Amino acid sequence: MERRTLFNGRLLPAVLVLPQLAITILFFILPAYKAFAESVRATDAFGLHTSFVGFANFLHLARSNLYQHAMIRTGVFCVAVTVLAMAAGLVLAVFADRAIKGRAIYRTLLIWPYAIAPAIASVIFVFLLQPQIGLITNLLGRLGIDFDYATNGGQAFLLIILIAAWKQVSYNFIFYVAGLQSVPRSVIEAATLDGARGFHRFRTMIWPLLTPTTFFLIIVNFVYAAFDTFALIFALTAGGPGTATETLVVKVYRDGVINLDLGGSAAQSVILMAIIVGLTAIQFRYTGKRAVS
Amino acid sequence: MATLELQGLAKRFGKTTVLHGVDLALTDGEMLVIVGASGCGKSTLLRLVAGLEEPSAGRILLDGVDITGRDPARRDIAMVFQNYALYPHMSVFDNMAYGLKLKGMKRPEIARKIEEAADTLGLSALLGRKPRELSGGQRQRVAMGRAIVREPKLFLFDEPLSNLDAKLRVQVRADIRKLQKRLKVTSLYVTHDQIEAMTLADRLIVMHEGRAAQIGAPTAVFDKPADRYVASFIGEPAMNFCSATLIAGGTAARLDAGPTVDLPDGARAGADDTRITIGIRPQHALLSTGADAMPLTVELIEPLGSETLIHGRLADGSEFMLRVAGPAPAAETIKISLPAHYLHVFDAESGKRLEPLTPALSAPAMP
Repeated sequence: MERRTLFNGRLLPAVLVLPQLAITILFFILPAYKAFAESVRATDAFGLHTSFVGFANFLHLARSNLYQHAMIRTGVFCVAVTVLAMAAGLVLAVFADRAIKGRAIYRTLLIWPYAIAPAIASVIFVFLLQPQIGLITNLLGRLGIDFDYATNGGQAFLLIILIAAWKQVSYNFIFYVAGLQSVPRSVIEAATLDGARGFHRFRTMIWPLLTPTTFFLIIVNFVYAAFDTFALIFALTAGGPGTATETLVVKVYRDGVINLDLGGSAAQSVILMAIIVGLTAIQFRYTGKRAVS
Repeated sequence: MATLELQGLAKRFGKTTVLHGVDLALTDGEMLVIVGASGCGKSTLLRLVAGLEEPSAGRILLDGVDITGRDPARRDIAMVFQNYALYPHMSVFDNMAYGLKLKGMKRPEIARKIEEAADTLGLSALLGRKPRELSGGQRQRVAMGRAIVREPKLFLFDEPLSNLDAKLRVQVRADIRKLQKRLKVTSLYVTHDQIEAMTLADRLIVMHEGRAAQIGAPTAVFDKPADRYVASFIGEPAMNFCSATLIAGGTAARLDAGPTVDLPDGARAGADDTRITIGIRPQHALLSTGADAMPLTVELIEPLGSETLIHGRLADGSEFMLRVAGPAPAAETIKISLPAHYLHVFDAESGKRLEPLTPALSAPAMP
């Protein structure tokens, strides 16, 4: 049941809501408005002259090969990160669910990566994979694999996928552990007595019962991969080499802050906003509070 | 159809022993009910047979074959769970078909079997529904259907009626018994409800603290409870117990509450002044005006319609309950007598039943 607190008068509720409202306006509404406003203008690199250009910025994006490539790249990146991170989270959760001894330790350790700041995670991987001095780079070198993410675009792209996925595994793990625990034990036992074993039992009984969790996680992972990986990518490759790791969020930053195309960058932000609104709407529409609670 | 034999089946969880070695043999088609209070080990026993728990000691033989270590999926046993454990994402049809598909049965045959079972259980109109769209009674029937279509060697029931309301319970209880008799499937049935146990069982096993306190036909257990625990557990309302001492060479007992009662079915072993417990069921004690009658101070009267329950205390302060036909006499103190052939004699210390040394003439059958 939903509990509602009732207040008398209007002043107290207003005062209580004000700080949250102020934060929302200052950090969300206002920047969003600025993005909208900028997206229909063109400003010169020095910020001295601004003119209204209508949808020219958007039209330019629609015709831009670079932007289309970034979009496809981001799509591939999102799918890869989501699949990898969710599969790993699920496998680990299944094992954690089966573990009898050391269950608590196992779970706690698996949650740790989530507590690492994205930029720090990148730094850790730089230590491991730095083209000249990285530990893993050296090992790979001995195996005859020439690993250099700073010059090899494919390797750089693969690397950010792996790191982004690694970072998100914990999150998926927690939700899958909770999901597995909510599968009634007796249902699994009934299936066992019906003759189901091993993977078949998982596929026909547990996996379908995890559907709400899976759907929820797909949306969350997609949003994470698309929007939350900026710090990680920027700290590791800054979008390079070339544009090999330039996802849409990285491109917004590069175009706007580095190349000073404020209008074009703002237009990209608006598109991203539309995408995120769409994804959130889907999530609320189909899972709402169900998957979380 | 099969026989089941348990040999010294024991289960320990860490340092706690839940089951102290149970021996049991079920004949083909027999319905054996395991009854006991919560925590007596009855569910553990069932789960061991199903293979959902591993025994710490002992063997399980199904049709003479040792299945103790066998994977539960390969035991050919069906279980009806307390919460039914229906597969929530599957329709009623698919719930029943799941086990059959795993057996590798062909689709048309699966459909035929399910039609048949659904017909028996009145589920034909519900085959397309999901479990969440069913009432409690319907879910229970689906759980039954899922068990019977498999035609397993053994049925296990884990308190299958405890989630139903009282009225439905009586009906489903009868349905289960009829079905089991018709299908002649060997069954183990766990319950904490002694009425369920009495009505369903060919034989019942009363469990107490991880041991089989008594195994026998329901009437035998009712008429000759093996110890005080069984005596108090089986029968509603519960049996009265009066402290007493053995006198007259074991042929009579002096109650702490005053009067002396004869033990007409024969002398009990034990020197005079041995402490014993005399038990009598509330419906067997009588209102009396005779010279040997003892006073009972009435504390509470519960009218049940055609009968009345009288709660009171005897002269030694012990509680006593009486069930009489018709209304209770309007008096603060009434006089009662204990008919000799309805008395149960237990050792005061061990609680074990004391049988007569040389059985006298057969005691009259007890109602």
